[in-house]
Amino acid sequence: MYMNQYEVTFIVDPVLSNDEIESTSKSYQDLITNEDCSIVHVNRMGLKQLAYPINRRSSGVYYCVEFKGDKLGIIPKMELALRRDERIMRFLTVKLDRYGIKYNEDKRAGKIGTVKKKEEKKDDSRRGGRNSNKKSTPKPTPAAAPKAAPVAAAPATPAPVKAAPAAAAAVAKSEEE
Amino acid sequence: MAATRDEIKFLSNPNIGGRDKKYCRFKKFNIRHIDYKDPDFLTQFVNSQGKILPRRITGNSLKYQKKVAVAVKRARHLSLMPYVTDLLK
Repeated sequence: MYMNQYEVTFIVDPVLSNDEIESTSKSYQDLITNEDCSIVHVNRMGLKQLAYPINRRSSGVYYCVEFKGDKLGIIPKMELALRRDERIMRFLTVKLDRYGIKYNEDKRAGKIGTVKKKEEKKDDSRRGGRNSNKKSTPKPTPAAAPKAAPVAAAPATPAPVKAAPAAAAAVAKSEEE
Repeated sequence: MAATRDEIKFLSNPNIGGRDKKYCRFKKFNIRHIDYKDPDFLTQFVNSQGKILPRRITGNSLKYQKKVAVAVKRARHLSLMPYVTDLLK
């Protein structure tokens, strides 16, 4: 059976005690596992400043739960519980396509770099910040190249990896051969 | 007699005003998924007031411009990016 992969991000009220916040997120993880769906990853993004006040609060604890399942009705059930819960300020459920799944896996493996600020001119960030657009392809640094090589060597996955030096690494690999 | 190309004199160099060819950075670097949870990446596509920049400014292809717009709107819903502001950049 093909399992759909979903990602739900929710914001928990920060005024609660740490235990209550964790028990809130735990209750949703239990809800998911009770419905025979497997949790891929739970990411506690932690306390963050909100861009605008929600319910007169200016910060919140972000959680992102990624899970997969094929049970009909799990999403409406979970969303209803999130809506009713007063400790949850906002939530968003997203169904991940194969590129999204690949992206999340790479992100957890650390293969996706962050956007560098304009002052630091680094171009081993695979996302390709503002700076690397001006050059044709950024040269892979010795640290990035061995990491990039096994990724490029992986038998042609249908979802190409989000990598700036992918083309350069493929060229480097063919030169080695 | 018509003036040859060499004899025509211009007041300013006719070669100025050429733009760098704009390209879609997602197509170029083969980026297939745009994460809405990454406001640092998304602020590239948004002006200092928090408004989404048009395609002719960012150079995105239509497909990825729509994905960027969706990602920015999701980030706004989750309060990772503001709807309206003055000092984003």
